[in-house]
Amino acid sequence: MELKVGDYKTEVHNDWCSACGDFGIVNAIQMALCEMQIPRHRAAIFSGIGCSGKTSHFVNVFGVHTLHGRVLTFAQGAKLANPDMEIIAVGGDGDGLGIGAGHFVAAGRRNLDLTYIIFNNGVYGLTKGQASPTLKLGEKTKSLPTPNINYNVNPIGLAIASGFTFVARGYAYDVRYLKDLIVAAVRHKGLAFLDVLQPCPTYNDINTRDWYAGQDQTDEITQKPRPRIYKLEDTDYDPVVHYDEESELNEKLTQALIKSLEWDTKIPTGIFYKNEIISQYDRRIMDKIPNYLENPPACQCISASGRPTTDLSKILDSLSV
Amino acid sequence: MTLASNEISWLIGGPQGSGVESAANIFSRACATLGYQIFGKREYYSNIKGEHSYFVVRVSDKTIRSNINQVNLMVAFDAETVFRHYSEVIKGGTIICDLDLFDAKLDEVRTIDAPFRARLLDQLNKDSIIVQDVLDLAKQNGVRLCPISFRSVLSSVADQLKMPHLKGMIRLFNVLGVSFSLGIMKMPSQSLLESIDATFAKKQSVAELNKNAASYAYNYAAAKFDDFPRLLKPTSKNPQTILVQGHQGTALGKMACGCRFQSYYPITPASDESVFLESNEILDVKENRPGSTLVIQTEDEISAMGMMIGSALTGTRSSTSTSGPGFSLMAEALGWAGINEVPIVITLYQRSGPSTGLPTRHGQDDLLFAIHAGHGEFPKIVYASGDVEESFYDTGRCFNYADEFQLPVIHMMDKFLTSSVVTCKKFDVDKITISRGKLLEKIDGKYKRFAFTEDNISPRSKLGLEGGIFWNTGDESDEEGHITEDPEVRIKKMDKRNSKLSVVLQKIPQDEQAVSFGSLDTCVISWGSPKGPILDALEMLKEEKIEVGFIQVKLLHPFPADRVKSLLKGVKILVDIEANQTGQLGQLLKQHVCEPDYYVLKYTGRPMTSTEIYESLKKITEKKAQKRQVLRHGA
Repeated sequence: MELKVGDYKTEVHNDWCSACGDFGIVNAIQMALCEMQIPRHRAAIFSGIGCSGKTSHFVNVFGVHTLHGRVLTFAQGAKLANPDMEIIAVGGDGDGLGIGAGHFVAAGRRNLDLTYIIFNNGVYGLTKGQASPTLKLGEKTKSLPTPNINYNVNPIGLAIASGFTFVARGYAYDVRYLKDLIVAAVRHKGLAFLDVLQPCPTYNDINTRDWYAGQDQTDEITQKPRPRIYKLEDTDYDPVVHYDEESELNEKLTQALIKSLEWDTKIPTGIFYKNEIISQYDRRIMDKIPNYLENPPACQCISASGRPTTDLSKILDSLSV
Repeated sequence: MTLASNEISWLIGGPQGSGVESAANIFSRACATLGYQIFGKREYYSNIKGEHSYFVVRVSDKTIRSNINQVNLMVAFDAETVFRHYSEVIKGGTIICDLDLFDAKLDEVRTIDAPFRARLLDQLNKDSIIVQDVLDLAKQNGVRLCPISFRSVLSSVADQLKMPHLKGMIRLFNVLGVSFSLGIMKMPSQSLLESIDATFAKKQSVAELNKNAASYAYNYAAAKFDDFPRLLKPTSKNPQTILVQGHQGTALGKMACGCRFQSYYPITPASDESVFLESNEILDVKENRPGSTLVIQTEDEISAMGMMIGSALTGTRSSTSTSGPGFSLMAEALGWAGINEVPIVITLYQRSGPSTGLPTRHGQDDLLFAIHAGHGEFPKIVYASGDVEESFYDTGRCFNYADEFQLPVIHMMDKFLTSSVVTCKKFDVDKITISRGKLLEKIDGKYKRFAFTEDNISPRSKLGLEGGIFWNTGDESDEEGHITEDPEVRIKKMDKRNSKLSVVLQKIPQDEQAVSFGSLDTCVISWGSPKGPILDALEMLKEEKIEVGFIQVKLLHPFPADRVKSLLKGVKILVDIEANQTGQLGQLLKQHVCEPDYYVLKYTGRPMTSTEIYESLKKITEKKAQKRQVLRHGA
């Protein structure tokens, strides 16, 4: 029976502020799961802490709301033990790029087949608007007593440098396109990172919906507001690493890094980088454990009638004297 | 005090990285294959190469569970070993010493630190000393010296093999030391050669070279010191004996009981367990395709903990292994596992803290920390093994407790256990039972992960199980697992989780909670690794017709107060023995049962010997002891 978007929604009361960008992201996740018709019991949303952390409660698949900064660790453990699960990890920019930055980098090195979405709004909303790692140097969002004195993290650049093999950016108010990006991320073979620009209507009075729409800048020809957000796919940008050569890889990495620096007046969305040539983590495990995927940890038979089925006689014999 | 007949206590020392450990393994295995019991311990600095490391191996034809203070055969091919250990060699004992060291000056041994240097000079009442000085002292004390030039023996080996480059290969000094020892002792040389083969099983050419050097050295020493009395009489061999390293008990226990996921971050002394698991990651399974243990080295202990929990949510038996500093980082996620009722096992190989403390040294400092780790109130089990053999079976128990009660279990081990090499009865996999508790394989109808039940343990689904969708959160949650801040639900959920502790005390059998080795007027109470030295000390006292009882507490949290009270009935003098400064079990006893009358504590970072415990208990029985005795043996 075909699953409908509604089947992926829970009845749980949603307490996000009205007009929060998070609504767009959770809708896009539900739409993406529906489009891919992933059986509910085969999908899991892992989330961090903060407003975005509540996402897992709103999606009617397995939901694991973890700890601040640690979502990728829980998600990777689950994926490693049961590779049949489709796992989407979500969290805020403070969660993933501040307290969890070490896990972000380490996850990139592994390249497990899962998707990580950062709800990027430049502030710590749930603790009343402190500066997050993506807020630009010198900016003063409304609840900051003084302007931010830290340089910002570049999430796209960091993901590329860490080894993520699919790196993209979406915009919370373009739900359909965001859904497409989530589908592409989930279908990507390897670790996918999706940076979602998500205006916080309560605490970020700089990167607002109007700001992303370019209400403050005028197009010289049309004399209308010139939106900042544009899609890379509408340009001749090709994010895909097509063949296994250093020059190809370097070119695609470099162009993605350069693109990731575009900001003030034009902000690219879409896929920055995609590389399916780099081996997935499960393949690397299979080099050591050939039947890993057909008999992963979660599926192994460990007992019969309450007794171990593991046969340790070879090891014990080697220790015998 | 002398050694028991048919027993030796052998010490070999040398710079870290020079092969002392392989030498001790060769020696231990050679003796073990002849049927002797072995108890060996390794001591080393937090250092890769150069600092002093040593191994003491006790060999006997009786059951032994500890080291003793005395050494009766020592091998020294560096000056530091002589300076640090000469005084441990007892009257009638022997020092095999490299002739080329005799003129070495204490002041020139750079790795000897100032406090020890000062103490030694003070003892000898001199301004400067050389190796010869302390050897003379040993000789005056009735110690026999067997001087051998290691370099010239090596040179002869090189000539014999026509391999001149061997002359400078001082790494071979270790195997020479072992061979001299066995030659002097007149132990069958075949066991030496077989042991070398087993030790270098994967490096055939290394094995051959070592065997050649060993044969030459064995014959050389046997001929040169042919008047030496035979120290060990032949003994009979028990076919069901294994020689194991301390960390292999929990590792093999994990394999046997179906732990299929282990995440860890490198830390001394816990990593050996994970490395052993990974080295044996593919597992034979009866009448089935091969299984495997997935061992993941993470970026830190926080990640090790998160990954283990994520894996456990898929129904996989999952674990991590760490030491104090790593466990400190795991505390936050421990509470998450507690509130979400996730079965996990943390093997905690304690070392001396606080902070980095003595990173390669022993301690039982973390009992109260393990019990109280994590903010907020949530149930967990803290369980301690007393020796390597126990640790195999206890690992199986810990996973059953985790599954049955759906909570984190902290399995307390320590550096003394992990760096011991011991003979014990071959582990019997069939003695392990596997109980997954209320883990579901199929679900019909509406499912609620945290459904209220009579015993407060809910049927458990797993990620991927059809119909078993659940939510987890670190927030307080309702029966489905969704966030709630309702005060009445809060009471019900807190009561549900924390009441599991009384279920634990009801369901875990009494003899798994605490073990009695005799409850007498004077009774020792302890937990973890002091078990071996205590049991050996009690036997020594028994030979003098002094009877002392011993209660080993294995379940430390929830504290089995009823069980301990019943075991202590009639006890008049209670002695708490543990390897920490504050008497942590003593504090628990004070809280739950009664205050111990005496404390015997050791916190030098070195494990207890049976000699020390024997002496302190004797003082207690003679009513000459202070309330608190501090043990200090060991370099």
